Amino acid sequence: MSDLTINSGRKSEKALKESIFLFFLYFCVIVAIVTLMTLIYDVLSNGYNRLFGDYEIGLITKLQIDNPGDFLTTLDSRDPLKAGIGPAFAGTIWLMVIVVTATFPLGAGAAIYLQEFAPKNKLTRFLELNLTNLAGVPSVIYGLLGLAVFVRLAGFGRSVLSGGLTLTLLILPVVIVASREALKAVPDTIRQGAMALGATKFQAVFGQVVPSAIPGMVTGMVLGLSRAIGETAPLIFMGALTYVNYFPDNPLSGFTAIPIQVYNWISYPQAEWLNTSSAGIILLLGLLLSMNTLALFIRNRFEKDW
Amino acid sequence: MDLLTQLSKTSTKPFEKIVRVFITIAAFAAIFISVAIVFTLSTEAINFFQDPEVTLKEYFTATRWTPTFQNPVYGVIPLISSTLYIAFIACLISFPFGLFSAIYLSEFASRRTRKVIKPVLEVLAGVPTVVFGYFALNWITPNIVQRFIPGTEVFNAISAGIAVGIMIIPTIASISDDALNAVPNSLRFGSMALGATKRITSLKIMFPAALSGIIASFILGFSRAIGETMIVTIAGGQYPELNLDPRSAMYTITSSIVNVSLGDTPHGTTAYNALFALGITLFVMTFILNIFSDYIARKYRKEYE
Repeated sequence: MSDLTINSGRKSEKALKESIFLFFLYFCVIVAIVTLMTLIYDVLSNGYNRLFGDYEIGLITKLQIDNPGDFLTTLDSRDPLKAGIGPAFAGTIWLMVIVVTATFPLGAGAAIYLQEFAPKNKLTRFLELNLTNLAGVPSVIYGLLGLAVFVRLAGFGRSVLSGGLTLTLLILPVVIVASREALKAVPDTIRQGAMALGATKFQAVFGQVVPSAIPGMVTGMVLGLSRAIGETAPLIFMGALTYVNYFPDNPLSGFTAIPIQVYNWISYPQAEWLNTSSAGIILLLGLLLSMNTLALFIRNRFEKDW
Repeated sequence: MDLLTQLSKTSTKPFEKIVRVFITIAAFAAIFISVAIVFTLSTEAINFFQDPEVTLKEYFTATRWTPTFQNPVYGVIPLISSTLYIAFIACLISFPFGLFSAIYLSEFASRRTRKVIKPVLEVLAGVPTVVFGYFALNWITPNIVQRFIPGTEVFNAISAGIAVGIMIIPTIASISDDALNAVPNSLRFGSMALGATKRITSLKIMFPAALSGIIASFILGFSRAIGETMIVTIAGGQYPELNLDPRSAMYTITSSIVNVSLGDTPHGTTAYNALFALGITLFVMTFILNIFSDYIARKYRKEYE
């Protein structure tokens, strides 16, 4: 590269400015990464012992659970050293089952309609705008909606069913958008090829396009689900209980979930609860991370590169 | 002819009809959700304002929010000011970090670096807000805020604001990154061909060219900061009066909704209806911001297509 700058003093000043700027950019990116690492380290160092076994914690406390892993199955307790996350863990599993059952057909169906069948008119345009806006509605609002619609109007009470359906409403817009992207990625030649061979529009869509888009749709579903199980606020409104000492055994039982249990523990002032809530957070983050990995795996393994 | 008969046969299959009806209903479910949100929020909010205990004037002018006290006062001003205050602190953190991360990612980072940093940002975006709340209360407050700003209480607006800011960095970074990437390469190369350095190109050419997308990301981030609930509930405390000192507790719209609903408020009481009045206030605020953000982003998209 030829250098047209005659004044070498200015050139080095310029180079210095470049490096400072680049350094500043590095700094901004690194802050985000370091924050994430600090967060994970802080949670791990506080919660590891509580989750994995019978160790001395800090200076004072000795755990009173016998086996590592008991934390996942024990009931909650007023004593931070005995409290387990069992009911909340079970509650979260219940929620996941309900959310997937309700969200996948609705989300995939809506996406298929919008992407493949919807006429290009004002109504469709309005539907799309509506979806974008719903994705931006704060999650607390969905809690109020769940309280009014599922708990009161439908009469499901403060149950795990109401909770799951509320979370379904919350993630539905996200799942629809992700599923549409998956359908959009299937090239038009597939549709045209199928129809050229005599398939109806319906056969082309459900026989060719949808099967090719399934991995993308599943990825979107898993990501939506991981958002749903991390949500706290909407469940608090629609009345998930903060102290639950039984395992929910049917869709209409009262429940708690991991994030709510964690929130409950955080709000206790005694220092011993710090370890317990950290252990809960480790479990929650582990669950989310494995779901994100699953989504990534599906994306890389099954998604076709057209 | 064969094709015609086949077509007419397949399109009348009952199964096909059911599926078509189902997916159409599913698509319109989104409208149902919107209508239900507006309807439930407004009917309960109307109940609230029809209550003899409250007046619209009190709601918008009183400076205390104490629905569960003996003599309840329902003034939304301290809640709105706290909400905006914490959102403002969050923006101070997230705007520069988000924007400059985006500039780094789109203008400077190699493909391999992008492949590392993008997932990190995605993980950061996926951390549940209750975890950020825990982090704000147990780590940011004692290790950062109380160390550098004397006189900070355990529950304070600063650490809540910082944590909310960290939470929205990925949102801003990823939307701004998209906006920068959407600027045609001809502008980038043109600038460099004229001898501009990378720094000049990103600040003087790319940044203005992507400005509307970047502003859209800022507005969206601000809207998310306003609607954020668990962080401010856990770390921001509850101080129900007008307060502008960020070192002490504040009470946002969202955290007051959580606290009232945790208090097991019976259905139909004024305090219960107040939840919905707050809900619609929050909904209107975020809705306007989201529409505005969408409008700016759309206007921008046209420029280069």
